[in-house]
Amino acid sequence: MQITIDRFNPESDTKPHSQTYYLDDSKIADGSMLLEVLQQLREQDPSLAFRSSCQEGVCGSDGMNVNGQNCLSCITLAKPLGEKIHIRPLPGFPIIKDLIVDMEIFYQHYRDVKPYLQASTENSHDLSQEFLQSPEERAKLDGSYECIMCACCSSSCPSFWWNPDLFPGPAALLASNRFVIDSRDITTIDRLESHDRADNIFRCRHIQNCTAACPKGLNPSQAIQSLKHAIANK
Amino acid sequence: MNAAAHGDLKLDYQEFFFDAIVIGAGGAGMRAALALQQAGHQVAMISKVFPTRSHTVAAQGGINAALSNVTEDKWQWHMYDTIKGSDYLGDQDAIEFMCQEASQIVRELEHFGVPFSRLDNGKIYQRAFGGQSQNYGESQAKRTCAAADRTGHAILHALYQQNIAAGTEMFDEHFALDLIQDQNDHVCGVLIQNLHNSELKVIWAQHTLLATGGAGQIFRTNSNATINTGDGLGMAQRIGVPLQDMEFWQFHPTGVAGKGMLISEATRGEGGILKNADGEAFMVKYAPKVKELASRDVVARAIAIEVEEGRGCGENKDYVLLDLTHLATDVIENRLPGIRDICLTFLGIDPIEKPIPIFPTCHYMMGGIPTNLNGQVIQPVYASPQSPITENQITVQGLYAIGECACVSVHGANRLGGNSLLDIVVFGRKAAQFISHQLQNGKQNSERPTAGHNLNTLLNRYQRWHSETSNEAENQDSIFAIKQDMQKIMERGCGVFRDQVHMQQAVESLRELEKRFAKVTIQDTSNVFNFERTSALELENLLAVAKATACSAVARTESRGAHTRVDFTERNDDVWLKHTLFYPHQEKIVYKPVNMQPKQHEPFAPQKRVY
Repeated sequence: MQITIDRFNPESDTKPHSQTYYLDDSKIADGSMLLEVLQQLREQDPSLAFRSSCQEGVCGSDGMNVNGQNCLSCITLAKPLGEKIHIRPLPGFPIIKDLIVDMEIFYQHYRDVKPYLQASTENSHDLSQEFLQSPEERAKLDGSYECIMCACCSSSCPSFWWNPDLFPGPAALLASNRFVIDSRDITTIDRLESHDRADNIFRCRHIQNCTAACPKGLNPSQAIQSLKHAIANK
Repeated sequence: MNAAAHGDLKLDYQEFFFDAIVIGAGGAGMRAALALQQAGHQVAMISKVFPTRSHTVAAQGGINAALSNVTEDKWQWHMYDTIKGSDYLGDQDAIEFMCQEASQIVRELEHFGVPFSRLDNGKIYQRAFGGQSQNYGESQAKRTCAAADRTGHAILHALYQQNIAAGTEMFDEHFALDLIQDQNDHVCGVLIQNLHNSELKVIWAQHTLLATGGAGQIFRTNSNATINTGDGLGMAQRIGVPLQDMEFWQFHPTGVAGKGMLISEATRGEGGILKNADGEAFMVKYAPKVKELASRDVVARAIAIEVEEGRGCGENKDYVLLDLTHLATDVIENRLPGIRDICLTFLGIDPIEKPIPIFPTCHYMMGGIPTNLNGQVIQPVYASPQSPITENQITVQGLYAIGECACVSVHGANRLGGNSLLDIVVFGRKAAQFISHQLQNGKQNSERPTAGHNLNTLLNRYQRWHSETSNEAENQDSIFAIKQDMQKIMERGCGVFRDQVHMQQAVESLRELEKRFAKVTIQDTSNVFNFERTSALELENLLAVAKATACSAVARTESRGAHTRVDFTERNDDVWLKHTLFYPHQEKIVYKPVNMQPKQHEPFAPQKRVY
């Protein structure tokens, strides 16, 4: 297997360059994930930098661009990627080193949507009972709360590439919608108004790269659509 | 900028002053940081990864609390189950406290926004889990509060969100190197390193809380993240704190065979059945009453025995099957969606159609840094070979530990499923409340100790990984090779079944590894995300944990909970109803009694453990 990785070391390089590694096919089992391939390469070359942690697709550390598609290396089978694999850092973010990008702006957009439950203060200190929520109300959160903040969506979004400072990006908007549709949250109008700007949610043109890229099978594009509807009808 | 000169190298560091430091941003660390921040203190939360990457995110099945939403329940029954589950090694005062707090703290999490699954009446959904009962062992309870099978993810993200709301100051992607002590041995801060650029920072504070999680990476097959390297245990033992009950490691019964990632106990709670190669539902032989819902140690042993005796499945007869195919499709789709994802991704199997190949995987460390209920780190006053059991303990001033890295001890020799998420939030909040109280009573401002501290010694230790000189012969060895060897040694010596010979071999092999580690060098000299150097620092912590495990295990000549010896098959309360305290430097072991004095409930005397 031939693996080409876009590399950049800020201490010695002025711009990124690609480096090609070779791995014997016998070292890659049918069930091997791409992360295992990267780990083997790092044993050869300890300077190769990438993030990873849980190795099962729930921590969201190892988003990267593989043969042009954003994915998590730990849940992407290596063999079906073909004999030649090209790995790049997530597009649209400043590169720190090799496959590690600076995600601060992504996190800032997340924080900016106030991604925390704001329930009625009346009962919030009463710990003798939970806030009630029907199974139907709870079911609305399915497909929203499972986001792992890997940034595969936002970094595949041209609107985000174009205006990373203004456009919140699909992940932050998915998070915002998660609280808009939570029956326990009482700040719906404030949340909707915060997005009601030409340079905010309406930058989304629904090309659905985000939905195609999401390794958890979530649908940020649909969440943005439903937010837009709510804004129009508020 | 400050600087300490060390030979040719000058290590600069930046200084910060806080009221309290929380090291680790999993569920325990984030619950504690939130409480401190909300109480108006200046708290620094340090994490070697971005907080939502912490391994709490992978917890699946749920969190225990006697809410009585599905079946009648009482905290006293939860307490009994936890003590029995611990094989009577858990401290009864701590278990009582945890179970009493459970209902309120779960509702508090719900108020924080955790999207728990719901019952028709709008209350939190609860499912059955192993080892839980109504009325002190009579009938199965449903006590585990769940957000589908992503409860850890839901809790971790909600706690991160609350910390955003509270404005907690976070040092993400900063690796904690060592605890700093003043000349009175009080812990007065921590030395950390920014992984982005290798810059060192010194954070001074009167209170330092370790919440660094587990260390399952000492075993080859484990369900843990690669970041679970026991950094808090390493730091604590380097300042002379003993490690408690390190022989007790939970092997989760249902890991994906050959790979190790977790298949939640929720699968059995929802009705999944374990079968051997003959298609026999074998758990009835080992736990006639509750079968699949026995304690984890019991189920893990049963699976290992089935395989050992030749009834395993597959070409190599090395796994058994977890069958969910008889469950209604909507149960799997709605209650176990994450499990289905894992099966589809890693096995190419849909559990709706085919059973899942599973085998026990190292999952959880019951032992850890000894603490009291307030999270204060404690150690025995004096213990000599003549009086190896000590009751008097003193606190290590300024140091606290919570969650998996701590041993309070609520899990004893075997943790019940659903109790670890509970442990982290209960003791996270409790320790923070205690620290907050101390801060309100004492002087507020943190300052550099005037009377001297040991920072220079710590910088010296760290400097080793900055030296660029290395000779070829030493380069034959590597951090990766030593880690892999350690994992194999631990798997051979300290797995599900243990005996004197193999454990003693493990101890000796680990000594050899320490010698190799003392000589090994790293190739990468970069200061930007130098993974090799971080791995070296983590490996030093792992080796300390592995050695504590092997030495504590070989010394305990009985079988209790997860510590199963083929040469000492019975529990021996006359001799061994006591906690192990291991000092890695001196390889010295002392023991302390188990707490049998709960405050409100009658104590539970040890009984034969039958499920």
